[in-house]
Amino acid sequence: MKPAPFDYLRPATVADALAALAAGGDDARLIAGGQSLMPMLNMRLVTPRTLIDLSALPELRRVEVADGWLTVGAAVTQNELLARPTLATEAPLLAAALPWVGHFQTRNRGTVGGSVAHADPSAEIPLCLVALEGEVVLRSARKRRTVPASGFFIGPLTTARAADEIVEAVRFRLRKPGAAYGFREMGMRHGDFAITALAATVEADRIRLSVGGVADRPTARDWPRLEGAALDEALNAFAWDLGGDDDQHATATYRRTLVRRLGRAVIEDAQTELTP
Amino acid sequence: MTALAAGTRHPVTITLNGQPRTGHAHPRTLLSDFLRHELGAHSTRVGCEHGVCGACTVRIDGVAQRACLTLAVQVDGRRVDTVEGLAREGRMTALQDAFHRHHALQCGFCTAGILMSLADWLVRVPKPTEAELRDMLSGHLCRCTGYAAIVRAVMDVTGQTTESVHV
Amino acid sequence: MTAIPTQHGYVGRPVPRVEDAALLTGSARYADDLPVKPGTLHAAILRSPHAHAELLGIDTAAARTVPGVAAVITGEEAKRFSSPFLVGVKAPMEHWCLAVDRVRYVGEPVAVVLADSRYVAEDALDRIGARYRPLPPVMTFDQAFDAASEPLHPALGSNLVNRRDFTYGDVDGAFAAANWRVSVEVEFPRNSCTPMECFVVLADFDAAEGGYEVLSNFSGPFAVHPVMARALKVPGSKLRLKSPPHSGGSFGNKQAVFPYIVLMGVCARATGRPVKWVEDRLEHLMAATSATARRMALEAAVAADGRVLALRMEQTEDCGAYLRAPEPASLYRNHGNLTGAYDIPTLSVVNRIVLTNKTPTGLNRGFGGGQLYYGLERLMHRVAVELGLDPLDVIRRNLVPAAAMPHATASGGSLDSGDFHACLEEAVERGDLEGLKAKRDAARAEGRLYGIGYAAVVEPSVSNMGYITTVLTAEERRKAGPKNGAQASATVAVDPTGGVSVSVESVPQGQGHRTVLAQVAADVFGLPMEQITVVTDFDTAKDAWSIAAGNYSSRFAGAVAGTAHLAATRLRDRMARLAAPQLNVAAEELVFAGGKVFAAGNPDNALSFSRVAAAGHWSPGTLPDGQEAALRETVFWTPEPLKAPTDADHINSSACYGFIIDFCGVEVDRDTGRVRIDRYVTMHDAGRILNPLLAEGQIQGGFAHAVGAALYEEYAYGDDGRFLSGTFADYLVPTACEVPVPVILHRESPSPVTPLGAKGVGEGNCMSTPVCLANAVADALGVETVTLPLTPHRVAALIHGEEPPRPAGSTAPARPAAATGKPGGRGLTGEGSRAVPATPEQVWAILLDPKELAALLPGCEALDLVGPNAYRAEVVVGVGPVRGRYVAEVALSDLDPPNSLTLSGSGSSALGTGRGSGHVTLERHGDGTLVTYRYTAEVGGKVAAVGGRMLDSAARLIIGQFFDKLIARAGGPEAVPERPSLLARLLRLLGIRP
Repeated sequence: MKPAPFDYLRPATVADALAALAAGGDDARLIAGGQSLMPMLNMRLVTPRTLIDLSALPELRRVEVADGWLTVGAAVTQNELLARPTLATEAPLLAAALPWVGHFQTRNRGTVGGSVAHADPSAEIPLCLVALEGEVVLRSARKRRTVPASGFFIGPLTTARAADEIVEAVRFRLRKPGAAYGFREMGMRHGDFAITALAATVEADRIRLSVGGVADRPTARDWPRLEGAALDEALNAFAWDLGGDDDQHATATYRRTLVRRLGRAVIEDAQTELTP
Repeated sequence: MTALAAGTRHPVTITLNGQPRTGHAHPRTLLSDFLRHELGAHSTRVGCEHGVCGACTVRIDGVAQRACLTLAVQVDGRRVDTVEGLAREGRMTALQDAFHRHHALQCGFCTAGILMSLADWLVRVPKPTEAELRDMLSGHLCRCTGYAAIVRAVMDVTGQTTESVHV
Repeated sequence: MTAIPTQHGYVGRPVPRVEDAALLTGSARYADDLPVKPGTLHAAILRSPHAHAELLGIDTAAARTVPGVAAVITGEEAKRFSSPFLVGVKAPMEHWCLAVDRVRYVGEPVAVVLADSRYVAEDALDRIGARYRPLPPVMTFDQAFDAASEPLHPALGSNLVNRRDFTYGDVDGAFAAANWRVSVEVEFPRNSCTPMECFVVLADFDAAEGGYEVLSNFSGPFAVHPVMARALKVPGSKLRLKSPPHSGGSFGNKQAVFPYIVLMGVCARATGRPVKWVEDRLEHLMAATSATARRMALEAAVAADGRVLALRMEQTEDCGAYLRAPEPASLYRNHGNLTGAYDIPTLSVVNRIVLTNKTPTGLNRGFGGGQLYYGLERLMHRVAVELGLDPLDVIRRNLVPAAAMPHATASGGSLDSGDFHACLEEAVERGDLEGLKAKRDAARAEGRLYGIGYAAVVEPSVSNMGYITTVLTAEERRKAGPKNGAQASATVAVDPTGGVSVSVESVPQGQGHRTVLAQVAADVFGLPMEQITVVTDFDTAKDAWSIAAGNYSSRFAGAVAGTAHLAATRLRDRMARLAAPQLNVAAEELVFAGGKVFAAGNPDNALSFSRVAAAGHWSPGTLPDGQEAALRETVFWTPEPLKAPTDADHINSSACYGFIIDFCGVEVDRDTGRVRIDRYVTMHDAGRILNPLLAEGQIQGGFAHAVGAALYEEYAYGDDGRFLSGTFADYLVPTACEVPVPVILHRESPSPVTPLGAKGVGEGNCMSTPVCLANAVADALGVETVTLPLTPHRVAALIHGEEPPRPAGSTAPARPAAATGKPGGRGLTGEGSRAVPATPEQVWAILLDPKELAALLPGCEALDLVGPNAYRAEVVVGVGPVRGRYVAEVALSDLDPPNSLTLSGSGSSALGTGRGSGHVTLERHGDGTLVTYRYTAEVGGKVAAVGGRMLDSAARLIIGQFFDKLIARAGGPEAVPERPSLLARLLRLLGIRP
């Protein structure tokens, strides 16, 4: 279980990284923290000709708050973001969800941008990005563009990122006044890939429920402030629309059950916070 | 830009437990293999090579990370600490001694990784609750102890008590 | 190290381990840490991606050209340098160390690359071309029983390898007389204890001597040594097997290193160079070993008070693709204690052994006990439920009474000691069962799902080497010669300075044998522990051993430590005879304590221990006549009660039997089905406890394994044979967050059988805990049947009723439900339809044109016509960064122009195998065509083993790509990912929701 051979590039600037990526084409892979890519390299599921290491780029290690956005440089590690003292006020959903990402040891190295670029359908950070109506800042040697989360995730491990682009930053909406958030996750063990992960945003006139681990990408749905049977019906319709697949850990039926039951619970969590 | 060709062994110099050490590695050489088979620092154990079991956890610039998910060339010029560096002049640290007293290890294969995680984590969380400790430990698999004695040892060394196992 | 005053003795005290310093400071040396000889080749193994297939040929030419590759070894070399492994039953079954003409499980070794490094060896693996013809896999008990299923071993003609029927007493009479009959049917799943260190083999062949020298972390039993020597076609003395100083755990699993010892021996011999192989975790999970899966049907004849008068038991054991030594031991290990802790006088048993296309089974902590007691204790739980009795009363009324010890069981076991009732009452009292019941009642009053479970078992230890022959008929046994006993050996020596060394054949795997042996020897010689050196790295060429040697069947405390005690005592007595003349007292009156040898009544009349030791070495001429000077003693010991099976098939399968009574409270989450262990109490009588600290560690470790087996762990396979549990993210070993701390209680009834009165303690919870938890969950839910492992989705299915129906107008496409109801158990299936802006004739023409087809197939780099509508294609398929280059055969069939056709393909790559077929119908729809498709696909090998979670959605994505291209080719726009309009984005930027 050893990686296949590859050339290794460690650019000193983003511009150099983009030039290298443009030259490497589809045979080049980007590595930031490597907590998803390295296992796939070790198993030879991924066999790039060139590996471009973004982890040392200072340009990608900034966290900024401006204009209603929390902008996280792609190479900021999950634990660095989690340790940010103001995170719970800036993005309470992230503060609640990040401890569910892998383990302490993998969060020490795994990056926010890497998790988004990897696009595991069960992953928490992509879920939060969808839940918070965030954006992904993509940059190529030619241009910079911003893709909303809802359009970024296309399928399992598949995103709108073009082969010559890097994820430069990930932008989460800051906590909205009058909004409350909830996060719940059901995994087999602590730190496992979620069977189903759920994020709720509740505002005065709106409920937004986002679900990971059921469809092939994190998916959100917005409702007015439904209650009781109407909410049950909405959750049931959402569960069926998400579909879900059977795997060795859970049935599609079970995943839909979690959408219905934990969906209601996570919405209630947020509502409780909203009206103490 | 550092550019290292796939087919060549490149010099990699690290500060291993305070000592400068140089070896050679292909770009694809895992840090775990580099430490063990190039530098002869065997204490870093390899249990899964996909980042789940935690046996290979080392500190890179002080931060606990998986050596099996790190390339040797990525740590060139950096500080790497392994369990060989914990004891000073033959004296085990209080944590190591607590593991001994509480029988917190059996086959010992996972132990080095757990100690290195704790060496980083206890700096950040000096008085953990048992729940916090178990959360952190969930990044390590141990097949021998059932974790109870590990928890007891850490709670003891941080000056706390844990639930008694004996009635 | 902690110093303990010697006057109290060490044995029985919680002495911290002498092993720890090396392990804690990193200086310990495991097998992979030991130096290798210059020129050593590193091995990587090509493994079968198929569960069942004919091996048509292997092309190794490209692999051999990889720089750094020395050789590629295939079944040809295996046939040249080895013979098939011996099989424990008389059956025409050839198990070679490398597949010869057929593969029978995913992961079966097919070829070995030997290269300068493991990295290079794996590079070459990717370039070996192995050709297979898939055969129908046999994956379930029912398939194995089905006469129409493909036999794994054609010469065997059937997948049922062995059946034996046993009757002990008048079972039918007891059933006829009984008030009640209670029955259960259960299945115990495949799992294993997965030690953190994987297998390691360093093999060398000495051509001049014609002998093999191998270092590996093989853990025994050394009954397998003759099997290895036979396979390598050398006498046992020419297979020198050594063990490293430290081992990273085994729990029985490292018994299964042995086929790789032979394989690497073959590689060393074929290449003329030393060879090293380190198993990786993917290999281990996929193909190392597994506990057996067992199907059991039990029926009890029960009196009105809950006493079980007779038991009918049918057991079917799934041993995987081969009966690998020492199987079918799993099925017979508990034969003497099939009635558990109960006095059940009559018993009938039907034992069947079947083969399936799964990894061969072998030793695993609890060996056969988890399976047996899962059936037996579920049955006792059902007896209580069906008769309306308290489960604990049913246990009480059936336990073997203390006065009956030693108790002869129906099947020939001899329960050696213990007061089971006293254990039970003490556990109830000290474990606060009343408090637990109050907690349950309170929880239930609040509408929560809370249950209590119980289990009582006997824990056998020190296996009778003859039990396995119970699988043979008495007639067959007579021909083969009687087998029995459990020989343990130990050597104790005193050097000229008075240092004591102890060496044993127990091949410890991390338990702390060196500590316990130092305790034992220090007490015998009256020395501080620091003066005792214990050597446990083992060498078959130099150490005393016999076939029972090794680390298994909890034989250490009972047999090995006891034998060391005998050897030390004998040596001490000889030293006493040396010292007696100098002290002018009778040898019998001498005391060894505090580093001195002195007369019992006169401590001043003393010699130092080292002085006596030196005399034995320096002045043998001055010794009394007839006294041997040798200060070294080797003892072989076997427990007296272990006989061969009788002609009536009575067998005392173990030397001693501990007792365990467990109870627990669990709560099940109504929403998620997650099981939370609220409280677990486990009471053990393991005879005399030699070191309570270590005994507690063993119980906690065994308990953790059992929690895994009960709630998380399973080697899962698809019905198509693919293996699904290839990583530690798929095979779910419990972490610190999943394992609670059990309340551990002890009573000590010394065994009359073992020298120190000790019994095994490390396996018991792997026997009692899975069923105790299952009983608790059944109690919480009030259900009759539960299934291991009790994963949330399974438990949730027992709580939740029918799923609410899909609402009318739901936009999602319907997907066919899993045919088996078993998640991940089926092939991939799907269906869909797309509107294409072209007529059916135009679409048909596109599909039938090879050039067009090549453009439609995702990642198609070459497509050559090889027959009518048959193609050979090279495709690069995958999702995201995961890509495999597949060489595929593609065919169009069932052609009904321009209405429908079937597109099928199969191929393989370094990532594994894939095959599938899709039926496509074209319907005129306005100006265009509605293309409807329905597909089934099977994915095998590595990508299935590690990516099971995403296979379905990946298949949909790739098939979607095909149709996107078809639509684009036919003139429509390519599907674009959903993207909000510019206006919507502008509005959002302004904070306005559209």
